[in-house]
Amino acid sequence: MSATSTDVLIVGGGGAGCSTALHLAKRGARCILLERGQIGGQASGVNYGGVRQQGRHPAELPLARRARDIWAKLPKLIGTDCEFEVTGHLKLARNQAEEADLIAYLDVAKANGLPLIMIGGNVIHQQYPWLGPDVVAGSFAPDDGAANPRLLSPALARAARDAGADIRQFTPVSHLAHDGTQFVVTSGEHEFRARYLVNTAGYWGGAVARAFGEQVPVSPLSPNMLVTEPLPYFIAPNLGVVGGDVYLRQIRRGNVIFGGGRGQSDPDVPSSRPSPEASAAVMAKALQLVPQLAGAQVIRSWTGIDGEMPDQIPVIGLSRTTPDLFHAFGFSGHGFQLGPAVGAIMSELVLDRHTDVPLEPFRIDRFAADQSFNQQGQRHDASHHA
Amino acid sequence: MSILIIGAGPAGTRAAEVLVSAGLRPIVIDEAPENGGRIYQRQPAGFRRDPRTLYGFEAAKARAIHDVFDQLRPSIDFRPRTLAWNLRQGVIDTICDGKASAVPFAQTILCTGAMDRAVPLPGWTLPGVFTLGGSQIALKAQGCAIGAKVAFLGTGPLLYLVAYQYARAGAQVTAVLDTTPFAVKAAQAFGLMRGGATFAKGLYYIAWLRARGIRIAEGVTPLAIEGSDRVELVSWRDARGTNHEAAVDAVAIGFGLKPEAQLADLAGVPFDFDPVQHNWVPRKDPSGRTSVGGVFLAGDGGGIRGADLAEAAGARAAWAVLAARGLAADARAVARLDATLAAGASFRAALERAFPFPAKLAADMADETILCRCEVITAGELRAAANEALATLSPSEVNRAKALTRVGMGRCQGRVCGAAAAEVLAAALSCPAEQVGRLRGQPPVKPIPILPAEAA
Ligand SMILES: Cc1cc2nc3c(=O)[nH]c(=O)nc-3n(C[C@H](O)[C@H](O)[C@H](O)COP(=O)(O)OP(=O)(O)OC[C@H]3O[C@@H](n4cnc5c(N)ncnc54)[C@H](O)[C@@H]3O)c2cc1C
Ligand SMILES: Cc1cc2nc3c(=O)[nH]c(=O)nc-3n(C[C@H](O)[C@H](O)[C@H](O)COP(=O)(O)OP(=O)(O)OC[C@H]3O[C@@H](n4cnc5c(N)ncnc54)[C@H](O)[C@@H]3O)c2cc1C
Repeated sequence: MSATSTDVLIVGGGGAGCSTALHLAKRGARCILLERGQIGGQASGVNYGGVRQQGRHPAELPLARRARDIWAKLPKLIGTDCEFEVTGHLKLARNQAEEADLIAYLDVAKANGLPLIMIGGNVIHQQYPWLGPDVVAGSFAPDDGAANPRLLSPALARAARDAGADIRQFTPVSHLAHDGTQFVVTSGEHEFRARYLVNTAGYWGGAVARAFGEQVPVSPLSPNMLVTEPLPYFIAPNLGVVGGDVYLRQIRRGNVIFGGGRGQSDPDVPSSRPSPEASAAVMAKALQLVPQLAGAQVIRSWTGIDGEMPDQIPVIGLSRTTPDLFHAFGFSGHGFQLGPAVGAIMSELVLDRHTDVPLEPFRIDRFAADQSFNQQGQRHDASHHA
Repeated sequence: MSILIIGAGPAGTRAAEVLVSAGLRPIVIDEAPENGGRIYQRQPAGFRRDPRTLYGFEAAKARAIHDVFDQLRPSIDFRPRTLAWNLRQGVIDTICDGKASAVPFAQTILCTGAMDRAVPLPGWTLPGVFTLGGSQIALKAQGCAIGAKVAFLGTGPLLYLVAYQYARAGAQVTAVLDTTPFAVKAAQAFGLMRGGATFAKGLYYIAWLRARGIRIAEGVTPLAIEGSDRVELVSWRDARGTNHEAAVDAVAIGFGLKPEAQLADLAGVPFDFDPVQHNWVPRKDPSGRTSVGGVFLAGDGGGIRGADLAEAAGARAAWAVLAARGLAADARAVARLDATLAAGASFRAALERAFPFPAKLAADMADETILCRCEVITAGELRAAANEALATLSPSEVNRAKALTRVGMGRCQGRVCGAAAAEVLAAALSCPAEQVGRLRGQPPVKPIPILPAEAA
């Protein structure tokens, strides 16, 4: 068996892994990223493209704020803006209870420096005359927006490579171990050795953690997505709702991308497919928000596989069993926006042993320590993908 | 549990006939308003042209298929205007007049036919350019021609047939421009002879066109279709390298057929690359059975073999369904069908070789040519993405190219440009077309409207 040595091994080439490679390489660390398929071939390349801070779990907001800063600097960092557009994110309430939810979140936003504007029932229909009558209020996050998910990971990987990282596609990791001095990771007939290991394997991050004796309750999450043929452009903001059962945006070419509910997946293959029932249900919900979409032609539906944690926030930070092992996975349907910051943080953890972003809520052993944790999470993000 | 036949063309009709004769009542679904399929498409209500005008030599066969279907109507559950837009484990999702249903099945026979292939060339998105099949349907179903002075450009037996049908209908056929050189066809003469009547008909169309003084050029390289806001001119280079042009007001282009196999794809049937036609063909055994339980294929949707063999394949697949349900087969009927299918196969293979897919023409397409017309992406943009992939994160394949460039991401989902895009990409990556793979299918196989909850 042939072997290659490096300083840091990264398993998984989605947004999290590619940005880790980029930030490590930019700081001069030698690293190799191992990706089973193509870069961005899983969740990072097929998601809805929402670059949203509004509605996130309070624990995630510092990370999301940092990510948002990097999104603004992408052209300088990786040579493309990945079609990131600051459209604003308009979160809608369809009844009084939902409106109360929006109001409650204003304090969370304020505490985290997230600009958020509450829009009442009368004004919202003046401002967005195409909204359906069931919409009673909304909160608008002017800094949020959307980007093209198909571009982000390849662009990060390319920039990482330019900065000196070694990016290996079609390199499935089959065996992981620590031999007492370093990590030994096997792919086919090849062995990779390194002092540090970063686990950014998405849903499959659970299996990587398990290889080092860490049990994590991560399950596959497959948000159901649809896209229409191009329509005249009229929906500027990225739309969401309280509860997250539908989200919708229109790109400048005219296509309306919307999602809600769940498809099916088999992460062992891996394969995933959209659900016709979920598609039918979300069509009706989209029409409730924007009635004039009636009759628009849907040209494709799809889904993907992300890792979902019981409390809807990821695992980020140090392993509790193995020194020099770092995890960042289980982004629970909203890690596209976070990707650019995850790499910055992981590079700091590896090289500085410290980061300013509070990671305590993302501890890998939080479920083992406190079985009641599941119930603690508030309503902000439950089933809120995108 | 039901048996579902998708497609009421020759394959679907004969499949239904066998099932009904065994005492079963299949559901037959077709998105068209009436039965008949492509070649024997029925004219809309109110049109009263005689079969001879509509179907030419095929009139008797068309009438037979229509008669059989009409007799079957009381014994089948026929659902016209119904699109089968998704296939999953044991269920086909359909939509009819805005009403969606999930139809469970024990067995399904996919008789979804073919669609014609285009190779993009400069000007192919101008008004007045049609696919060969589209121009034929205009004539057959609507009784109108796509123009007064029409050029037929492409390759394949349909090229001459449709030109002949246009000329007979009174349109001026300005030129028939075949990209396949005569020598390629001549090399298959022996195999083609086995086609008997079918081969004779092909020769007849060509002779008929020549006798009328209609310009036929073989081995041409199409150059461009030009016009300010619609087609005015078509130009080409002949086999000796001389450029020509002709004033026309419409062009029909067609480069052979490809199976409409999206439902088979969604079912998870494996596909094989056909090196002659550069088609991806769903894999099946000679009876039409696939490796996916309950899913059977018949007719052109399972590989292009023409209308006569589609009838035989439809009947054969129905017998395979009966076997799967543990019902007795008529061994003699099955043996007859197997013999017909085997005998037809060698003629078909020669025909495919006589009109191979002009892969090089597609691969050499000029950078400025619009490759993906839905998303308006040029061949040059795809090549640039391919070079990028080579420079950074090779290797690449069509789905990745689509993700980066949007080729095949529009309304047709690559049904029109997919084959040509694969050639352009493969050439840019210096690998065989087979290696860049095929576009992943997703539901819906054709667009479906956003509907309110009550309709769903
Ligand atoms: C349909 C959908 C819509 C979404 N919409 C949004 C949205 O609008 N906004 C938002 O912020 N988030 C959204 N998300 C969530 C977001 O896409 C994910 O949270 C994020 O992309 C996760 O990134 P990742 O790098 O952790 O995982 P991934 O992108 O899944 O990357 C992990 C990689 O690891 C590789 N891998 C796994 N095991 C191995 C192994 N053994 N060896 C080698 N490689 C391995 C995988 O092949 C994969 O490429 C959505 C997700 C989906 C599925
Ligand atoms: C445009 C065109 C023109 C042709 N012209 C000729 C010709 O003139 N002479 C000749 O010999 N051959 C011609 N062919 C080839 C000929 O059509 C086939 O060999 C023959 O029709 C095959 O029969 P079939 O039963 O397999 O499919 P078809 O006759 O094509 O029937 C398939 C049927 O399935 C239906 N269908 C497909 N997908 C779905 C779906 N998802 N949901 C619901 N319904 C569906 C279609 O509406 C169609 O009615 C032509 C092919 C095409 C595409």
